[in-house]
Amino acid sequence: MENEFICIVCPKGCRIKVDNEGNISGYTCLRGLNYVQEELTCPKRMLTSTVKVSNRKDTYVSVKTSSSIPKDLLLKVMEELKKASVEAPVKMHQVLLKNIFDTNVDIIATKEIK
Amino acid sequence: MSLNKNKDVFDCLIIGGGVIGCSIARYLSRFNINAILLEKHSDVCEEVSSANSAIVHSGYDPKPGTLKAKFNVLGNKMMEQVCKDLDVPYIKNGSLTIGFNGDDKKTILELIERAKINGVKARFIEKDELHNMEPNLNEECLCALYAEDSAIVSPFELTIAFMENAMDNGVKLSLDSEVINIERDIDNGLYHVYTNKDEFIAKSLVNATGLYSDKILSLIEKPSYKINPRKGEYILLDHFNANFVKHTLFMCPTKVGKGVLVSPTTSYNYIIGPSNELTDIEDTSTDFETLNEIKEVASKLIKNIPYGEVIRTFAGTRPNPDTDDFIIEESKENPLFFNVGGIMSPGLASSPAIGEYVSNLIKEKLNLSENLDYNPIRRKVFKLTSLGKDKYNELIKKDPTYGHIICRCEKVSEGEIIDSIHRNCGARTIKGVKKRLRAGFGKCQGCFCQEEVLKILARELNVDINQIRYKDEGSEILKYPSKGE
Amino acid sequence: MNRAVDLVIIGGGSAGLSAAKSAYENGLKDILIIERSSELGGILNQCIHNGFGLHKFKEELTGPEYAYKYISFIKENNIPYLLDTLVYSISPKNKEITYSNSEEGYTTLKYKALIFAAGCNERTQGQIMTPGERPNGVFTAGLAQRYLNIDGYLVGKNVYILGSGDIGLIMARRMKLEGANVIGVSEIMPYSNGLNRNIVQCLNDFNIPLRLHNTVTKIHGKNQLEGITISDVDDDLNPIKGSEEFIKCDTLLLSIGLYPFNAMLKNSGAKVNLETKGAYVDQNLETSLDSIFSCGNVLHVHDLVDYVSLESEIAGKNAAKLVLEGRKIYDKVILTSHNENMSYLLPNEIKVYDSVENILFSFRVKKPISKAEILFKDENGNIIEKFNKVDLLPSEMVQLNVSDLPLNDINSLKVEVRAL
Repeated sequence: MENEFICIVCPKGCRIKVDNEGNISGYTCLRGLNYVQEELTCPKRMLTSTVKVSNRKDTYVSVKTSSSIPKDLLLKVMEELKKASVEAPVKMHQVLLKNIFDTNVDIIATKEIK
Repeated sequence: MSLNKNKDVFDCLIIGGGVIGCSIARYLSRFNINAILLEKHSDVCEEVSSANSAIVHSGYDPKPGTLKAKFNVLGNKMMEQVCKDLDVPYIKNGSLTIGFNGDDKKTILELIERAKINGVKARFIEKDELHNMEPNLNEECLCALYAEDSAIVSPFELTIAFMENAMDNGVKLSLDSEVINIERDIDNGLYHVYTNKDEFIAKSLVNATGLYSDKILSLIEKPSYKINPRKGEYILLDHFNANFVKHTLFMCPTKVGKGVLVSPTTSYNYIIGPSNELTDIEDTSTDFETLNEIKEVASKLIKNIPYGEVIRTFAGTRPNPDTDDFIIEESKENPLFFNVGGIMSPGLASSPAIGEYVSNLIKEKLNLSENLDYNPIRRKVFKLTSLGKDKYNELIKKDPTYGHIICRCEKVSEGEIIDSIHRNCGARTIKGVKKRLRAGFGKCQGCFCQEEVLKILARELNVDINQIRYKDEGSEILKYPSKGE
Repeated sequence: MNRAVDLVIIGGGSAGLSAAKSAYENGLKDILIIERSSELGGILNQCIHNGFGLHKFKEELTGPEYAYKYISFIKENNIPYLLDTLVYSISPKNKEITYSNSEEGYTTLKYKALIFAAGCNERTQGQIMTPGERPNGVFTAGLAQRYLNIDGYLVGKNVYILGSGDIGLIMARRMKLEGANVIGVSEIMPYSNGLNRNIVQCLNDFNIPLRLHNTVTKIHGKNQLEGITISDVDDDLNPIKGSEEFIKCDTLLLSIGLYPFNAMLKNSGAKVNLETKGAYVDQNLETSLDSIFSCGNVLHVHDLVDYVSLESEIAGKNAAKLVLEGRKIYDKVILTSHNENMSYLLPNEIKVYDSVENILFSFRVKKPISKAEILFKDENGNIIEKFNKVDLLPSEMVQLNVSDLPLNDINSLKVEVRAL
C-alpha cells in the first residue's frame, strides 16, 4: 500500500509518497526526506506551551522543547508543565526543565520576563 | 436552605429591573420612602428593555383613549428633559412613516387625523421633500407622515441611569434575585417576597416583570390577562457614515403588517428590523430565513443597504398582552399590589410617564412626604468622544487613566470603565461595561478589549480574574486554569 | 503638547517593527513607534507555537522569539516607542496625527512620513450573521488564544471550531494539549483554509475531524453556550435542510477570517482596495495619501509573518528614502489588474521612475490550482513575464519578487493565473 505524508517541516506542505518497497518520493528538500523517515519509525513533534511564573500575579512564560520529542510523550510532558513553575526574572531561552523524560531535550523559555 | 431574612420592612418593593421598574424606582425616590428593586439577572436592563428599536415614538400611532396613547404622548414630552437630567444619549431625529402607493397615502392621512386627536405633531410630506430629507431612500417611496417629535435614545443607558439616580436618592437594588414566591400576611397586610436566597417584607409591591408579569401575578392571584410573547429580530450596522439615514424610517402599516424600520441609533449605528413572531418566552434566537426577510422588506425603504457593515444580529422579546393595551392598575384582591404589565412598544417612550404616574399612586396610598434632598441630576458620564481637547487634557491630568484607551473601536478609556464600575448600579460584568460605555459594542465586538475590560473589572471589584462573568451566574469567561492544581 | 518626528509608525507588531528596523537601517533615525497595548510584538506575543521565521531567518521560531529579534534591535538602537497609546486620527493635510495616553494626554504629532501598520481584526459571529442566541462561550480563536497563552485559562472544555483558518487549527491543538475535548472543525468551503502542515499536526495528530462544506447554523444557550447545530451546505453555501446535527459544547471558537483594521486610514481619505479592504498602494507601498505608507495585515491579510516582515521592509525603506532624499519625479503610472482566478493583486499601481527596482507582487487565488502559470501581460495582451507554480491555495498568499519588467514600454499591466 502506498502511503502519503504531508510534510510539516515548513509551510510549503509537500506531499511525500512512500511505496510498498519503502521508496520515498515527492520531497523537495533533505529535511522533508528526514521528516518522512522519522515519521515511519518514531514520529516526533515540537511542543510549545506555558509555565507559571510563581512570583508574578497571573503571569505565564511561553516555553518550547529545545528540539522535537517523540509524539507519544507530548501529553506526558504537558502534565509536567502543569506542575512546573519558574521565578522571574526569566531570560530568553533559559532552561526550565532539563533532559525531560531522558530525551536529551530541555524545556526552554521563549520569552523574557523581567 | 435557610433564607437571608431581611429585617427591614420596605415601604415598596419593585420586582423587575427593566426600564419600567427602574423608572418607577427613580420617581419614587422623590419621596421619603424605604424602597428596593429586585432583579433576577446580574444587571438591570437585560430583557425587553435591552433589545428593541430604541425609539421614542411620537405618539400618533396608538388608538386614542388607550393607556398607550396617554403615556406615549406624555412620555415623549418628558423624555428630552429626563435625558438631559440623567445624561443619557438622546437625539430628536424625527420619524418618517413612508407610503408607497395610493392606499398608503390614504392610511397616512388617517394617521394624521389620529395624531391630531392624540395631540401629536404630524405633517404630510410629498415625494420631493421626502427625498430631499432622506437622499438614500428607494425611488418608490411616494409620501410620508413626518413626526418631528419622534426621537432615539439609548435604552441601556436610560434604564441604568434611572436606577443609578434612584439609588443616588436612596432606593436599594438587589441583583441576582429571582422572585419565586409571594405571600400576603392577612393580619397586617404585609407582603413577603421570597427569592432563592432572601426573604423581603414590604408594604406595597410593584410588578414590573415584563414577559413574566402574568406569572408573577399568578403567585398571589389569578391574573386577568395573559402575556403572549412576540419576538423581533434585528440587524445592526456599524457607524460607517453619519449621513446614511437621519430620520427613523417606518413603513406605512398595511393589512399584511407593519413592515420594518430603518433608523440611526444614538451612537450612529443603524438598526434594521424588527420581525414580529409569536415565540417562547425564553427564545431570543435569530434565524436565517427571518433575517433574510428583514433584508428584503428593508430594501423597499433603502435600496443598497451595505450589509458588509453588519456587526451583530439580535432578537428581543416583547410582553404582548391579550388585552392589547398597557395594564397599569392596583390589584382589586390584593391592596397595594400594583401591576404594570404588557408594556411593549411604545413602552420605552412611555417609561418616564409611567414611572411618574405609578409613583404618584403609591405616594397617595402610602401617604408619603416629599424627599427634600431629592436630586434629579445624575453625575455626568465623561465621554472622551464628546469632550474637546482642552477639557480632555484637564481630565487626564486629574486622572491619567482617562488617557489610556481600552476599546479602540468606540474609543473608551480605562477611566470611564473604572467610573462605570464604581457608580451606583455599577457595571459588574463584561456585558455591563458594554451596555454602559459601548466598550465591545464596535466592529471587533470585543475581540481586542474584552480581556482588558475583564482585568479592570477584577482589579476594581477586588476579585480573581476567573470570577468575572460575561453576564449572569455561570457565564464566567475564564473557566479552567491551565496550570497548577 | 506638540511634537514632530520624521517617521511615525502606527503599530508595534511584526509589521511596524520590521518597518522601523528597515527605515533605521536605511539611515532614518528620527522614528517613533506607537503601540496600543502594553508591550511591543503585537499578536506574536500570544502565538507561542513554532513555525515562524523559516523564510526570514532560516530557523523555526515561536511567535515571541520572532518578535524578540526585532524588539532587541529596537531597544539596542534606542528607537523610541510609546506603549498603551492609541492613535485617534490622521490628518494627511497637516501631516499630523493625534494620539492619547496616560502620560502625555491628548497630543498632536507632526510627521514627515507615516507608516500605517495597525494589523487586522478577526471576523466575528455578528459579521457572518450566525443565527441563534448570543451567550458567553463564543469566542474568536485569537481571543481564546490570548486567554490561554497570556492569562493561563481555558475558556471551556468541550470545544467546537468554526472555520479552518490557521488560528483555529492552532487553537484546536493547544486546547487539546491543555486537556480540553476538541470535538471537531467545520469549514463552509469544500477545502481547508489553513496551511496543510497545520491540518496534519493540529488535527490529524489528535484525530480531530474536519467537516468540509459544513457550517454552524444555530447557537444554543442564553447565558452560557450549551451547544450548536451544524449543517452541510450546498454549492451556493446555503444550509441543506435535513442535514442538521446538534453538538453539545461549552465553547465555539471562530476562525472565519481576518480583515485589515483599516478604518482610520479610510476615514482619513485614503483610497481603499475593495478586494483586500486595505489601502490602495503603489509598489513602494505608499497609499493615495501623501507620505503615508501601509504594510502588513492592515494592508492585506498575510498567511506568514515572514511575508509581513519582507513587505514591511519595503515600506520602511521607501519611507526613509522619501524623508532623506525627497520625492522623486516619475514618468508615468501603470495601473495593475488581475484575472478571475485571483482574489486580489498588489500593488495597485506602479510609478515608473528612471531607475525601477524590483517589484514585489502579492496575490491570492480564489480556489485551489494544482499546476498554474502566472502571466504578466501588457495592455495588448502580450506576455512580458511568466512563472510556473504548483499547489496554489486560497489560504496561501503568493509573493513574487519581479525584476526587469519593461515598464517603459507598457501602459498597463495585467497579471493572470491560469490552471495548466
